[in-house]
Amino acid sequence: MSKDLHTDLGLKEEDLIEMYRYMLLARFCDERQWGLNRQGKAPFVVPVSGHEAAQVGSGWAFEKGKDVFCPYYRDLALMLVAGLTPKDVFLGLFGKKDDPSSGGRQMPAHWGSKARNIITGSSPIATQCLHAAGIAYSKKYKKQDAVVGTWFGEGGTSEGDWHGAMNFAGIHKLPLVFVCENNQYAISVHESKQVAGSVHGRAAGYGMPGHLGDGNDVLESYRLVKEAVDRARAGEGPSLIELRTYRFYSHTSDDDDRTYRTKEEVDEARKKDPIPRFEKYLRSVDILDDKKVEEITENARTQVAEDAKEAEAADFPDAIDAAKHVYADLEVE
Amino acid sequence: MTEKNVVTAIHDTLLDEMKRDDRVLVLGEDVGARGGVFRVTMGFVDEFGAERVIDTPLDECLIAGVGIGLALDDLRPVAEMQFADFIFPGFQQIVQEAARIRYRSNGDFGVPLVIRAPYGGGVHGALYHSQSIEAFFAHVPGLKVVVPSTPYDAKGMLIQAIEDPDPVLYLEHKKTYRLIKGDVPDERYTVEFGKAAVRREGSDLTCVSYGLMHHYCVEAAERLAKDGIDAEVIDLRSIYPLDSETILESVAKTGKAMVVYEDNKFLGVGAEVAAQISEHALFDLDAPVVRIGGAHVPAMPYAPTLEKWFLPDVDRIEQHMRKLAEF
Repeated sequence: MSKDLHTDLGLKEEDLIEMYRYMLLARFCDERQWGLNRQGKAPFVVPVSGHEAAQVGSGWAFEKGKDVFCPYYRDLALMLVAGLTPKDVFLGLFGKKDDPSSGGRQMPAHWGSKARNIITGSSPIATQCLHAAGIAYSKKYKKQDAVVGTWFGEGGTSEGDWHGAMNFAGIHKLPLVFVCENNQYAISVHESKQVAGSVHGRAAGYGMPGHLGDGNDVLESYRLVKEAVDRARAGEGPSLIELRTYRFYSHTSDDDDRTYRTKEEVDEARKKDPIPRFEKYLRSVDILDDKKVEEITENARTQVAEDAKEAEAADFPDAIDAAKHVYADLEVE
Repeated sequence: MTEKNVVTAIHDTLLDEMKRDDRVLVLGEDVGARGGVFRVTMGFVDEFGAERVIDTPLDECLIAGVGIGLALDDLRPVAEMQFADFIFPGFQQIVQEAARIRYRSNGDFGVPLVIRAPYGGGVHGALYHSQSIEAFFAHVPGLKVVVPSTPYDAKGMLIQAIEDPDPVLYLEHKKTYRLIKGDVPDERYTVEFGKAAVRREGSDLTCVSYGLMHHYCVEAAERLAKDGIDAEVIDLRSIYPLDSETILESVAKTGKAMVVYEDNKFLGVGAEVAAQISEHALFDLDAPVVRIGGAHVPAMPYAPTLEKWFLPDVDRIEQHMRKLAEF
């Protein structure tokens, strides 16, 4: 990594500090939600740890307020970049009334917010990719300057919805970037049983470029996705970016990864933790020192702790609200 | 006022709506150069261009999912499933996504998507070109399922569907396309969903149906009228929302009810109509509710003898109507 790498990428010092801060926030949110789950206070957790670089790097390539995010459930760090706060994350975790994604209707990590251009998601895998294709078609049809991003795991690339979206995006040269966070496991099924060939190699079949990058490297994740976003914005069509990474925890709080991978493998992956790695780079270019690291870390920790507490104390939705919003113009029994 | 058949009414209405609002676009298989296999979008690609008349890949999941995306970005897509029988690859997108998006986002997002699907039998379509699919979808909160049976309703309900803020499955009975003609006002109008039409007033029994079967029921009722039996015939028009009020009012008057539908009888629309009557009008009844529907076989078979065996016809409906009247 050259000393001037971030400058070459057009990133300023403030960008880098923000990116680092978001990665830390995501990690601390994750640790807190995992803890709350183990205390019996949060029934269900989808962890993000390990994916922070891939998500913050890819998310940073998009323009907030203009571009559109079609995420999947693992994208906590991406959602912070897109504009949700740690408090929003915890409101969702507890199923509280003010959860911006669903008002406590969905399981945690089913993100959505119209005001932030985050398209509401579901649990079925890769369905959001077709929505992204439709939205991208609409942006092109309206001649709006907007790029759509959609995120998914390597398991998602097995679904018909994903292939349909790739096909449609390729045919119509849509302003759409497909970002695969390949952590090598779809719950327990290893990539070797999931993907014939490679994820990024599949792009060729749909007439678009496919690139492979190190998803533990936030700057490389940013670089690859930024090139794809620029390409899309210039009207040159979609791209597929595969970012290889690893998830440090189980698939969810209801999974036990010891049944399908070894502790040694996880320990090995943790050595490639994207956060210390980015910190090391930032120290090497004199953007961070001990004092700054401590300050950012403490602020992030405090924010997460306070936001979690506030969310825990917030109100649940009123039971009667369960009958609302089935239709815009019909009441249901 | 112009006399039209059902398919021409749909074609003309869609054409007018696209001229009127450039947020309306169509997508589906063969909707472009071919103008749709039933010619509903005939001439559209020349009028509006391929950008607004999207010939999609052969992927019904894609048609539904991309349609949702277009709707989420505030367009007014009208998606065509070439035959209702082929809608099932799109089932997940329609049921898990389109139907649930408003609810799951706490009202933040809506999906103003229309899905048109030619359905129904009596056209030598056999297992995979004759199916009725309404029960699968009417079961799902968040969707509206409508079945216009006349050219007038075809127009008014299509405009209503396009204006609707939520996803609407708009079912077109293939046999009615060219068989059923009627006057269609030239001006723009809507037909509200959830309002059944009493097409024939009567006092002896209530006959509820929709789609092609509705026309058969009217014909059977006319035969009975010659013998002094007066059947009230209701065209549901909309499966969800269901107009229970009109049904119950009629049953209160006649004391006898039958439901006719060509979908498999078990757990079909007739089951819901019969349940509504039994819950709310049991003491108005002078006879058990009669359901006439398709047999519990996988679908309508091909050979004319087999198809006739499956599909209720005027004779069969007349027979049951008489029996019920005489009960």
